[in-house]
Amino acid sequence: MERLVPTPSLGVIPERDSGKPLILDIHGLGIDFGGLHAVEDFTLLIGHTEIAGLIGPNGAGKTTVFNLITSVYQPTRGVILFDGYDTRGKRPDEVCRMGIARTFQNIRLFKDMSVLDNVLVGMHNHVQYSMLSAFLHTPSYHRKEKEARDKAMELLSLFDMQHMAKWQAGSLPYGAQRRLEIVRALATEPKLLLLDEPAAGMNPAETAELMQNIRSIRDRFGIAILLIEHDMSLVMGICEGIAVLNYGKIIAKGSPEQIRNNPTVIEAYLGKQEA
Amino acid sequence: MEQMKKKLHLGKTNREKVTTFGLVIALYVFVEILQRTGNLSNLMRGQLVPICAYMIMALSLNLTVGILGELSLGHAGFVSIGAFTGVTVASLLRPVVSQNWILFVIALVAGGTLAGIVGFLIGIPVLRLRGDYLAIVTLAFGEIVKSLVNNLYIGFDQNGIHFAFLHDTLNLAEGGKKIIAGPMGATTIPKVSTFLAGVLLVLFCLYFLYRLLGSKMGRAIKAMRDNSIAAESVGINITRYKLTAFTMSAFMAGMGGVLFGLNYSSIIAGKFNVDLSILILVFVVLGGLGNLRGSIIAAGVLTVLPELLRSLRDYRMLAYSIVLIAIMLITNNQILVQWWTQRKKDLKNMFTRLRKSGQGGEG
Repeated sequence: MERLVPTPSLGVIPERDSGKPLILDIHGLGIDFGGLHAVEDFTLLIGHTEIAGLIGPNGAGKTTVFNLITSVYQPTRGVILFDGYDTRGKRPDEVCRMGIARTFQNIRLFKDMSVLDNVLVGMHNHVQYSMLSAFLHTPSYHRKEKEARDKAMELLSLFDMQHMAKWQAGSLPYGAQRRLEIVRALATEPKLLLLDEPAAGMNPAETAELMQNIRSIRDRFGIAILLIEHDMSLVMGICEGIAVLNYGKIIAKGSPEQIRNNPTVIEAYLGKQEA
Repeated sequence: MEQMKKKLHLGKTNREKVTTFGLVIALYVFVEILQRTGNLSNLMRGQLVPICAYMIMALSLNLTVGILGELSLGHAGFVSIGAFTGVTVASLLRPVVSQNWILFVIALVAGGTLAGIVGFLIGIPVLRLRGDYLAIVTLAFGEIVKSLVNNLYIGFDQNGIHFAFLHDTLNLAEGGKKIIAGPMGATTIPKVSTFLAGVLLVLFCLYFLYRLLGSKMGRAIKAMRDNSIAAESVGINITRYKLTAFTMSAFMAGMGGVLFGLNYSSIIAGKFNVDLSILILVFVVLGGLGNLRGSIIAAGVLTVLPELLRSLRDYRMLAYSIVLIAIMLITNNQILVQWWTQRKKDLKNMFTRLRKSGQGGEG
C-alpha cells in the first residue's frame, strides 16, 4: 500500500506535533443519506499526540464522523488519511488493525463475557498463536495466553479495575462500563483513540477523574485522542484543539479559548441573542 | 455495596469441563456394566449409538446456535451429507480394509470433511443473513440436501465407481453393487459403528469445543454473538470467524452423521428431514444455549424418554411433549432456580464448616 505524505497546515495542531507526520488528515469529507447531507466538507487535522475535541449540538453529525473514520460508513466524498494511509474501502476491522480504536456512545460491551475477556477480545490481533496450538495447548499457547492476561490486567489497572476482572461485564456499574470500553479500545494498541461521549452519565467527580485518565493515557502510550463530548468542563479542560460541528458542517476550529469566545459557536448552542 | 454482592463471578468453566467429561465417561461405564450383567434391553442396546450420534449433533448445533448465535434449521442436511458420504466410503473400502475401526475412522474423516466443505460453501452466501432469514435459508438447505440425496444413485463394479442422478442409469457390470439407490437409500451398509467409538467421538467433540472456547478464536466468536459491531471495532474479521465456526459445526455434524449411518444396515435420505433438524435444535435449546453439558444431557434424556414412554402407546408423544414443556418451565422458574442455588450454597457452607472444625480439632 502506498503511503501518502500529508501536508500539515501548521498552527492547527499542537506545536510539539508539528515536526511529525499527521496522525489523521481528513479532507473534504462528506456523506449523504438519501438527499440529506449528513456531513459536508469536513476537514480536520490531528497531530501525533494531540487530544482533540469534536463538539456540537445534538444531531450535528459527530457520531457520523466517527463512523466514517472507522469505516462503518463509506464516505460519499472526501479523503481520510490515517498515518498516511487511505482508509477508503477498508472494513471496520481492517481500520482497527491500522490503528484506530473507538468507544461507543451507547455502550457496546460483550455483556455476557467477563471483564477480563472483554479486554482479551480487544487484544485479539496481538495474541499470536495458531489454532493447532490452541487445540493441543502447546507451551507457546500457555505462554501467549499468560502474557495476554498479564497485559490485560495491567490495562485494567489503569482504571483501578483489576479486582473486577472476573465480573460479568454487563453487571458493572455504568461508569465502570464506560471505562471498560476505553480499556478494550486501548487493548487493540491504537495510534488514534476515538471516544464517543466518554463522560456521559458520569458525575462531576468521575468526570474529573476521567480527565486525568485520558491525559495519562495520552502521555503513557503517546497516542492521539479525538473525543466527542457534551461536558464542556472536560472538553475545555483537556482538549488542545476543538472543532465545532453544526448541521454536518464545521463552523469553528481552534483552541479552547478561541472556541469559548466564538460568537458563531455560542449562537449554535444557545441561539441568537435578541437585540 | 449491595450491588457489589450481586456481581456474577465467572470462572466455573473448569469445573464444568471436568463434570461434563466425567458425566460421559460415567455414562459409558454404567452402560457397559449394565450390558455385561445382561440388564440392558435389546431396545436400549439399539439406542446406544444413536444417542452418541445425537449428542454429537447437539454439540455441533450448539456451536452454531448457542456459541455463534445464528439460528440454523438445516442441520440435518449436514448430518445427511456426512452419513451418506461415510456410508459410501465405507462400502467402497470394505473389500480392501479388514479392520473395522480403520474403516470407521476413514469414513468419519471423509464424511466430516465433505460436510465441512459444503458448510463452508453454503456459509459464504448464507451467513450474510441474520435471524429469521438465516433460519429460512438453512431450512431450505436441509430440504434441498434431502431431495438431492433422494435422487442420487451410486454404485461400483470392476470398472470403478458410477454416479447417476434422477434415474438409475448406473448400468453396473456383473457383480457390481449399488451403494446408494435413490429413494431406496443406502443398503447393505457395513455396520462398523460401536458404542465405544460413539463415546470416544463425543469426548473428542467436547474436547475440541472446550479448547476452542478457551482460545482467542472462541473469545472472538462469543464476542461476535454478544455484539458484532463492537467485535468488528476491535479488529475481529466477522465474516471469517462466522464462516470458521459454521464450517466446524458442519464438520462435526457430518461426523455425527457417519456414526449414525454406519450403525444401521440401511438408511434413507428421508430420515434426515426437517424433523431431525428440529429435534437437534430442541436438544440444544433445552440443554441451554452455549451449554455443552446441557446439550449432552438433553440429547441423552430425550432419546431415551420416548422408549421409556412406549408403554403409553398412543399417548407417547403427548407425554413426551408434556415432559418437554415441564422441563422448560422448571428450569426457567426463578423461584426454583433461587431455591436450588440456596441449597447449593448451604451445602458448600456446611462443608467448609466441617473442614474448619476438623482442622480446629487437630490443632
